[in-house]
Amino acid sequence: MHKVLLVAAIAMLFNSNQVFAGSETESVKRQLDAFKQQSAQAMSALEARLVKADKRAEQADRKVQAIEARLIENNKFRSVSSGQNNFNPAVSLILDGRFANFDNSAESYELPGFALGNEAGIGERGLSIGHSELLISANIDDKFFGKMTLAFAEHEGETETELEEAFIQTLGLGNGFTIKAGRFLSELAYLNQQHAHAWDFADAPLIYRGLFGDQLIDDGVQITWLAPADIFLQWGAEFLSGSRFPAGGTTNDVGAWTVFVDTGGDIGIEHSWQLGLSHWQAVNIKDRESGGHAHGGGAEETPSFRGDSKISALDFVYKWAPGGNSKNQNFKFQFEYFDRKENGLVTMQGDVSPMEVTSYKGHQKGWYAQGAYKFQSQWQAGLRYDRLASHNRGSDAEVLAEAGLDNEGHTPERYSVTLAWLPSEFSRVRLQYNRDKSYEELNNQVLLQYTMSLGSHGAHQF
Amino acid sequence: MFRQGIKKVWFVALCLLLSSNTVFAQLNVFTCEPEWAALTRVLGGDAVKVYSATTAQQDPHHIQARPSLIAKVRRADLLVCTGAELEVGWLPLLLRKSGNGNIQVGQEGHFMAANQVALLEKPVVLDRSLGDIHAAGNPHIHLDPYRIQQIAASLSATLIKIDPANTHHYEEKLQTFTGEWRQAISQWERQARALRGQRIVVSHNNWVYLEQWLGLQRVAVLESKPGIPPSSRHLAQVLTRLKQHPADMIVYADYQDNKSARWLSQKTGLPVVGLPFSVSDKEDLIHWVSRLLNHLSGAGS
Repeated sequence: MHKVLLVAAIAMLFNSNQVFAGSETESVKRQLDAFKQQSAQAMSALEARLVKADKRAEQADRKVQAIEARLIENNKFRSVSSGQNNFNPAVSLILDGRFANFDNSAESYELPGFALGNEAGIGERGLSIGHSELLISANIDDKFFGKMTLAFAEHEGETETELEEAFIQTLGLGNGFTIKAGRFLSELAYLNQQHAHAWDFADAPLIYRGLFGDQLIDDGVQITWLAPADIFLQWGAEFLSGSRFPAGGTTNDVGAWTVFVDTGGDIGIEHSWQLGLSHWQAVNIKDRESGGHAHGGGAEETPSFRGDSKISALDFVYKWAPGGNSKNQNFKFQFEYFDRKENGLVTMQGDVSPMEVTSYKGHQKGWYAQGAYKFQSQWQAGLRYDRLASHNRGSDAEVLAEAGLDNEGHTPERYSVTLAWLPSEFSRVRLQYNRDKSYEELNNQVLLQYTMSLGSHGAHQF
Repeated sequence: MFRQGIKKVWFVALCLLLSSNTVFAQLNVFTCEPEWAALTRVLGGDAVKVYSATTAQQDPHHIQARPSLIAKVRRADLLVCTGAELEVGWLPLLLRKSGNGNIQVGQEGHFMAANQVALLEKPVVLDRSLGDIHAAGNPHIHLDPYRIQQIAASLSATLIKIDPANTHHYEEKLQTFTGEWRQAISQWERQARALRGQRIVVSHNNWVYLEQWLGLQRVAVLESKPGIPPSSRHLAQVLTRLKQHPADMIVYADYQDNKSARWLSQKTGLPVVGLPFSVSDKEDLIHWVSRLLNHLSGAGS
């Protein structure tokens, strides 16, 4: 500002040179006076501004002090609780109940070409409680995580307790390695490692029913390694006791083993996928018992298998969530394919003599594809198709048929639709209809099921 | 000629090795929410490489433990998340599956913002019938600039602990940030003076810290319980309450479904304002808060 004034004053002085000499001093004097007055005004304006700036600085300082005071106050309110129960593990309880109606009785259920074992079946008609599960888990210390799942189920009028999971797992072993030991859900394929209550349908896919009796659970050690890459690439192997179906008592120390590789990633923000290949193998299985072919009355006979068994699986999952928000709307597609080859002997065990034995070369395969669409924040619909095939050979076709290993010229298949109401993350009521052609007779099944989880908030797998 | 070729290859390889070394020296930081990504970027500068698991358009309560996220956590040197159970549905799984020792609970590389500040609305009664509540308190702390400032100081200290070689760099960055942030706070407070005492209806109870900071008054929540979509009966109740105690505006986070908010706006004639709940891509924290306040002031006047 005053620079402009100075320039103006100097310009004026130069201009005044051209004025006549007589009035020169007079005019210079007048101009000087004017200049003095102007500069005095400018000075006082500057002073006023300085005072103002001072005041502002003071205000700013006061504000900083206020902020500091608030920060201290905030810090004071930090609560650090040290209650004893803070160290309690996470406990959650899954309550499951259902009403089922079938065309044909549960006892007559079979899957021609597959020897059913474990819990395989369509469950009971009418009102029943399904699997109630108690899950307890926690970080044990900075190195280990532990989890146990107890399942309670009603079976023929008695409550059975089953230890479904009991394992420890390393936490951040480093370099992408994780080791799990104990009893766990095998990471073979995709659906197997999820608890039944997290499934999108009320029952297992037919191929899971046929090969594993719904789910492959075993005792052993699992090692996984995650590659240090931008894309998800996980390798893993499991060394299992092989004491449970579909291994069922073997002569080796490591009765069964698996290897698997999974990869996956995102496409943009809305799409994600996972692809997996896995293999399960058990050699020298002895006495794997299964349910035989239901043939109304007669002597009670149990087929028993000894020999080698190999299963290979392919799984693919694709998920879509608009804007990456799965809460209100999402879609999930999954596809799995299994192929099992077996080689050994099948014996019919019972009171009948002579003992019926046949050599056995089995080849069974199957797949399912399903889609689940959450179209509103509280509603989800699903569609699934199952299909199986088998080609089993043996020296004695009759014994094979008795063991349920003859496909009877039938290709098992099933269509399922569901509609689920999800009032919150913790509850679900589901209606499911199956058009089930597991065996020759069409079996229409209707299931109405509730699944609720109480207690701590569990994290769900992809 | 051939030898020279080999020499060239060696030279190129050496250059690559050296350049990859400088890239390697950057800290890999995995953040759960974009606000922490922005904060880490401003505090770490060139010394950090930041990945955010979510964008401002995603609800951090409901994220899937996707394979891509597991792969990212696997390589992280530092994990910066909100905590207070906000990520309880997915983060524990990422940690367990990662096989990465640096970022597990209790390690230096495990930074939870909610552990650095005091939380509001710690529930007295813990019961799921009250909806999806957080036992530790309301986790949406990034909407209070004073808390951000506290968190920045702790985060900077953590960066120094993990990467002591760059101590000076981090200290400088923190100082610059704090200066700018304080200046911004006083400017925002001047701007938001007109908003003090404004009565708002919120869609989900995730604005507590903003309400406290700006002196906004929450008169109703559209969700009858946190995380559970509003029922028509509850909306009718809100409507009658608003007739007796009128509000000034309806506020929702722009990632949320705004159907109920718009319905109420039609019934009451109240302005409805969708606020950016977090920092958008490539934006910094100061811009975001300014943008948020502009939206709010625009609706409030």
